[in-house]
Amino acid sequence: MATPSEMGTAAERPARAGLVMTPSQTIGPFFSHALPWPDGPHVVDADHPGAFWLRGQVFDGAGDPVPDALIESWQVGPAGRGFGRCPTDPQGRYAIRTALPDPVPGPRGGTQAPHLALSIFARGLLVRLVTRVYFPDHADANAADPVLALVDEPLRETLVATRTDDGYGFDIWLQGEHETVFFALA
Amino acid sequence: MTQVVPDQVHPPLSWPAYRSNVLRAPGRKLVGLPPTLTENRGPTAAALLGDHGVGPLDHDLTRQHPGEPLGERIIVHGQVRDTDGRPVPHSLVEIWQANSAGRYPHHADRHPAPLDPNFTGVGRCLTDAQGRYRFISIKPGAYPWRNHDNAWRPAHIHFSLFGRAFTQRLITQMYFPGDPLFGQDPILNAVPEPARPALISQFDLSETVPEWALAYRFDIVLGKTPFEDQEA
Repeated sequence: MATPSEMGTAAERPARAGLVMTPSQTIGPFFSHALPWPDGPHVVDADHPGAFWLRGQVFDGAGDPVPDALIESWQVGPAGRGFGRCPTDPQGRYAIRTALPDPVPGPRGGTQAPHLALSIFARGLLVRLVTRVYFPDHADANAADPVLALVDEPLRETLVATRTDDGYGFDIWLQGEHETVFFALA
Repeated sequence: MTQVVPDQVHPPLSWPAYRSNVLRAPGRKLVGLPPTLTENRGPTAAALLGDHGVGPLDHDLTRQHPGEPLGERIIVHGQVRDTDGRPVPHSLVEIWQANSAGRYPHHADRHPAPLDPNFTGVGRCLTDAQGRYRFISIKPGAYPWRNHDNAWRPAHIHFSLFGRAFTQRLITQMYFPGDPLFGQDPILNAVPEPARPALISQFDLSETVPEWALAYRFDIVLGKTPFEDQEA
């Protein structure tokens, strides 16, 4: 049996004997004529029960809006495609029309609080950023959510949207004092 | 095949040699998230494309306008697999690129090179049952940018892939073999050295069509397919 020193450090060991993943690269500045779809921000139709707008602004570490980001949302149910895509405008704003997802089981049973998964791509980002949107009117479920529990308590509020006139607000701070919590999918 | 641990495959979050990264890279460590059902599922091609589907000429960037674009006609093809070697079938692949003069038809592109009225440089297709895809296009030109003194991006094609799960979503860039600009490009060089060859396509004589177009092969490996989908 190999001793720990013979096995090498985690950094030296291949993680698995399979193929090597293709590396990520930046989306760059020139995608807004290529990737957005006319109905990309519409995860559900306007007359879908419980439809709301998720609106937000993306900011960099200097507090300036990021006008060339692409925000994608993903959720399991309700009926519909579950996927939304919206480029930010010159003020760094995005908007996605959706509805609350179906209940999703947690990693060890139970039910997760309602949430959306977000991908953020932008010039300057060499890898996709992943975050989650939770909802302020589900405070009890949020308090019991196993994924929010992975996040240091004072930072959890960066993942909870605010209530607005036509839905929810969720700003994304890439860097700095208000930095949003981002996840590594392990 | 070279063995590389996953952390050594992708660029780091922080890579200041790429100037736009400095104010945009998160400063805090990422929170590890073991994928749940949300992350282990993803939009199907049918859900993404709706009733529109993929058009018959969406994969052929040389036939989307009344005339033929200028430049060197190329075929770009490959197979999409996961890290277990399984093909990723019926999955959306999107590409976009500069024209043969190194210019994008984008309002923010200020490079004083000509636009081509017969080339938009945007394509998409679905992988077949074996995970294979194929595009027809024009070899993109290199173009200058202002990252550092006399900075030029090597010729590249942007790729966007969905796979079958949110965990597999990937946006990357394909390069062409032997480009003299590789050495000074901070975007390619943000990838750890052992993994960089995976982004460089290979000239493919067997798929090159005589009297018509050179072929390049670019195989793509996405992250692991979630277990529950493996038998599906």
